[in-house]
Amino acid sequence: MNDQANFTTRSIQVAFLAIMAGVWYGLTKTGAVTPLFLPPMDIVYATFMRLVQTGQFWSAVRVTLFTIAQAWIIAVVAGLLVAYLVTRSRHWTAVMEPLIASTFAIPLTLLFPVFILFFGIGPASKVAYAATYGFFPVALITIAGLNSVDERYLRAAKSMGASSFDTFRHVLFPAAFPVILTGLRVSFFISFASVLGGETLSSAAGVGKAISLAAELMEPARMYAWIVFVIITAVSLNFIVSAIENRRREY
Amino acid sequence: MTVAAARVPAASTPSFIGGMSRRAKVIWTRRLVLLGLVVAFEIYARFIGNPRLFSPPSAIVYALFDEILVDPRIRGAIYQAFTEVLVAYVMAIIIGLVVGLSVGWSNFGRRSFYPIVILLYAIPQVILLPLFVLTFGIGPACKIAFGVSHGIFPIIVNVVAGMRNVNALYLRSASSMGASNFDLARHVYFPHMVPSLFAGLRLGMTLTLLGVILAELYVSTGGIGYWTKLYAETFDPAPLFALIAVLAVMAILLNELVRIAERRFTRWRN
Repeated sequence: MNDQANFTTRSIQVAFLAIMAGVWYGLTKTGAVTPLFLPPMDIVYATFMRLVQTGQFWSAVRVTLFTIAQAWIIAVVAGLLVAYLVTRSRHWTAVMEPLIASTFAIPLTLLFPVFILFFGIGPASKVAYAATYGFFPVALITIAGLNSVDERYLRAAKSMGASSFDTFRHVLFPAAFPVILTGLRVSFFISFASVLGGETLSSAAGVGKAISLAAELMEPARMYAWIVFVIITAVSLNFIVSAIENRRREY
Repeated sequence: MTVAAARVPAASTPSFIGGMSRRAKVIWTRRLVLLGLVVAFEIYARFIGNPRLFSPPSAIVYALFDEILVDPRIRGAIYQAFTEVLVAYVMAIIIGLVVGLSVGWSNFGRRSFYPIVILLYAIPQVILLPLFVLTFGIGPACKIAFGVSHGIFPIIVNVVAGMRNVNALYLRSASSMGASNFDLARHVYFPHMVPSLFAGLRLGMTLTLLGVILAELYVSTGGIGYWTKLYAETFDPAPLFALIAVLAVMAILLNELVRIAERRFTRWRN
């Protein structure tokens, strides 16, 4: 019966995708929507195939990937460091955690013009912007993770003569590790979206720039080719990450 | 991604053992930290930093009253952004509730449509921004639509999550006593999903703000995007920071409003 239910839900999801594709096909083939807004699927596919063969495509992808990697690494290092320093005392946790949390509730996109002012329209401004956005989930989730470690472990470690670094290295960090991983994942996807967003808003290169440029030049087929490429990449990344997480949880 | 972020309470203060005095100490330290940051920024900007990039807080406050708030065009842009956020938020709540309730109503809906919602949620929507501009033009409609498309997802996800937590016994007993579907929604589902719903509304507000501001910054021919671009490109940091500060205050006030509403509606639980 469970298999039956699984089959039904799976087929509904496949049907959803098929209906979306069908609507796309129908709207464009009947001419209900001008190709300027929504070009036919086969043209988008052909454009994508042509795009992949150009050096332009891979250079844009390389710029974006490199920017995401830099931003994420900075976010993770800074986030872990701040979380470590803040959770060293209960007092500072109580002081800093709400400050960090309420800053994260403000749309940090507001700072994007400042990063453009500081770093120009090159990749550096996107790195700064995405690193800022990615820093908060790492810091907040790690603080929560380190705080939730059982007090008894810490007391036991201390009573056996562990230094504060030893405690962190052998007790706090391993105990909070699963939670910290969640922070890293959230931060990665936020950095990913922020880099693309920054590139869309104002940039000289990268995938986001390619999308907004195609829109400005009224080349919808190219724009959709890029958009579909990004969506497929993002969704597959999500699938991979959640598959790994499920495997780990079972383990 | 934000689902996981929702699990960490936005402003959870760890419980104190020491009572009031300890709490007061925390609050005063926090104020001192903020004050220290402002003073450090002032000193840095005034004596060390490049004046084309940094502006001391005192000059920002001056620019706020001298350039930003006195210019009716900028005031209009701020007011327009504020209205866009409100309209987008109301629409996101309505659409989010309707979709969330219909998806979460049955096991079948949850199992088949919820993954589709999650799938859509995983898309970095910002890449669709040029598409929104093509479809809705450069006026308020585009910004509202983009805000709605950001805001609905956390609301749907949290409504569905909240409905899943309702004890099936309550549902069965209510329907056995003759409750209609509307009665079920009003008297069983709603009270039980209030905490989760408000978590969704809070995140929804954050994301609606994000969507509207992204669209505002993208369309740089008018509105806030025009002014931020102008100030950034002419290396005029004081009014830029002042304008950003106004918008940040707007965001904080809207977030606080949602949090106050949340506290009101969840009070009976504690």
